[in-house]
Amino acid sequence: MAPAQPSRAPATTGSVKHGMTMTEKILAKSSDKSKLEPGENIWVNIDVLMTHDVCGPGTIGIFKKEFGKNAKVWDKEKIVIIPDHYIFTSDERANRNVDIIRDFALEQNIKYFYDIKDLSNFKVNPDYKGVCHVALAQEGHCRPGEVLLGTDSHTCNAGAFGQFATGIGNTDAGFVMGTGKLLLKVPPTMRFVLDGEMPHYLLAKDLILQIIGEITVAGATYKSMEFVGSTVESLNMEERMTLCNMVVEAGGKNGVVPPDETTFKYLEGKTSVNYEPVYSDESAKFISEYRFDVSKLEPVVAKPHSPDNRALARECKDVKIDRVYIGSCTGGKTEDFMAAAKVFLASGKKVKVPTFLVPATQKVWIDLYSLPVPGSGGKTCSQIFEEAGCDTPASPSCGACLGGPRDTYARMNEPMVCVSTTNRNFPGRMGHKEGQIYLASPYTAAASALTGYVTDPREFL
Amino acid sequence: MATTLSSIQAPVSTICASSQRPHCPTGTQSLLFVSKPSNYTIFAKTSYSFKPSKIRPITAPRATPSSSPPTTFHGQCYVLGDNIDTDQIIPAEHLTLVPSKPDEYKKLGSFAFSGLPTSLYPIPFIQPGTDSTQYPIIIAGANFGCGSSREHAPVALGAAGVRAVVAESYARIFFRNSVATGEVYPIELEHEGVNKQCTTGDIVTVDLERNVFINHTKGKEFVLKPIGDAGPVIDAGGIFAYARKTGMISSVV
Repeated sequence: MAPAQPSRAPATTGSVKHGMTMTEKILAKSSDKSKLEPGENIWVNIDVLMTHDVCGPGTIGIFKKEFGKNAKVWDKEKIVIIPDHYIFTSDERANRNVDIIRDFALEQNIKYFYDIKDLSNFKVNPDYKGVCHVALAQEGHCRPGEVLLGTDSHTCNAGAFGQFATGIGNTDAGFVMGTGKLLLKVPPTMRFVLDGEMPHYLLAKDLILQIIGEITVAGATYKSMEFVGSTVESLNMEERMTLCNMVVEAGGKNGVVPPDETTFKYLEGKTSVNYEPVYSDESAKFISEYRFDVSKLEPVVAKPHSPDNRALARECKDVKIDRVYIGSCTGGKTEDFMAAAKVFLASGKKVKVPTFLVPATQKVWIDLYSLPVPGSGGKTCSQIFEEAGCDTPASPSCGACLGGPRDTYARMNEPMVCVSTTNRNFPGRMGHKEGQIYLASPYTAAASALTGYVTDPREFL
Repeated sequence: MATTLSSIQAPVSTICASSQRPHCPTGTQSLLFVSKPSNYTIFAKTSYSFKPSKIRPITAPRATPSSSPPTTFHGQCYVLGDNIDTDQIIPAEHLTLVPSKPDEYKKLGSFAFSGLPTSLYPIPFIQPGTDSTQYPIIIAGANFGCGSSREHAPVALGAAGVRAVVAESYARIFFRNSVATGEVYPIELEHEGVNKQCTTGDIVTVDLERNVFINHTKGKEFVLKPIGDAGPVIDAGGIFAYARKTGMISSVV
């Protein structure tokens, strides 16, 4: 008689015939398979579906058309609807789109709908959060081992939690809304090993810009990007999010960081859902491996008009700029503003160009006004920003990262040069087709604001 | 191996309109291509209506679950470079338009490629004052559709009248959205640099049965990659039709 089999699922015991990567394991678990190979097309059970005001209405339209006017979503507790893109605008269609997703949320009794009604004052909207990817993390919707899909390319941001997270379009999302499943192709994994002590003038943004510059905007197309190494382990959750956020800019399908104590601690008190982290097997097969000695890296920017147009910040010191933008899911989190504040504090001077600050969420905004900045003698970020002459932190949303309606705060309506902590700098990204955007870390953005030129933050740090 | 026919001396095609050549079967014409000395003759059948003075880009109907998928597309092409991102395809300010609303769908189409820098692309994709394009086929370089996951991108192209994109390679979300919506056929070229050998306005044919792309104006032919895994989904008519066909979801409520 055969001995009793272990009761744990094979995917987590590693008793499969060959090793699997983290991404492969998560997808195997979520498709009830004991093993799978990159290239396989599988039906995956979705744990969380996210949509926002730009893609929600279209998704809802497809859901109703395909499943019927009176159809119900597959699970009203697994859909998170987050208005965040075009909120603080007088554009009627944009406002209407928030109404559409509200009507749907009410009709379907959606548990997580972060509503906003009073556009004149975000603070009086108790449910409103702000930028979807940051809100997902802050509200405990990102959990190790799960599958999260969102109608936004930066959904890969959540890979920081050791889950499979990727962006999809309205039609796919409408399908998930009705079935809770999606047909996905298993991506092979590229491994990025980042070792070495993180220099005090570098941030995760520099690391991901370095990587994208290395592999190009199509270097990870259809692939998973796994980030490991001692440097990655030393990053806090917000920095890990920045790393995974821009995976899509390299064409990547998803990014993952192995969950650890940092992850579990962040999640404490945020979620009551049980989760099961998975890790790449020792014998897992990776399609390629890149190694970086982070201690040797320098602050970088992505010059116009591509996220892979990498250059050393110090080599761009003659580029005169017109403005600085600090915000978005990529560079508008609490840690990002803390970093910018550090530079302003170190300088003690005022900015030379208009400097726009757009906190990603209500929580971030509150942090800017309440958390003391280390080494400042108790000052908050908002105080430091005020002393440096920055614009007052704006209402939390995606803001001008993607331009948006014409009246969007900080939108680029004329050709100008902007250093930004956002994620894309293709022509017209922030509004004007002839605008020039230099993507940078919050350190580099703050340093540039102080000089009026693209500036390496070592000038101040 | 490349099967590019680099210099064809004789006229590339003999297009017979049913009014001019009575012996052509009603509604069908044939394209005859002069071959290389090896006597390899390429013969393609397609059906379209044609005015002798101006070629109208009327192509095969959009795939629906009840009809068989088209096998050829024909008309003028619009040529683009590498890394055409979704902001250039449909600038973000137009994303307030909801693709599932018919009037807004049409409006989206009118803004297709309005994000292209005019210094690089002086020929407008859509003539000012009109809301659809005269270029049903896009020829592009690498990584077409990179950037956002916005489904508005393939939808805007489809709404504008684009039938197929022929590119060196695609960004994955755009490719997936094209397949899921059925708005445009995302076709891949076997080799690089084809867009450099084409000019906006060239008359082209995309033949999915034989996997060839023919530029009649330049007298050149290029190999296409077979559609691959996306084939069954496109053939079924998109992700919903495919799911119903394979029993993953029950038929329409």
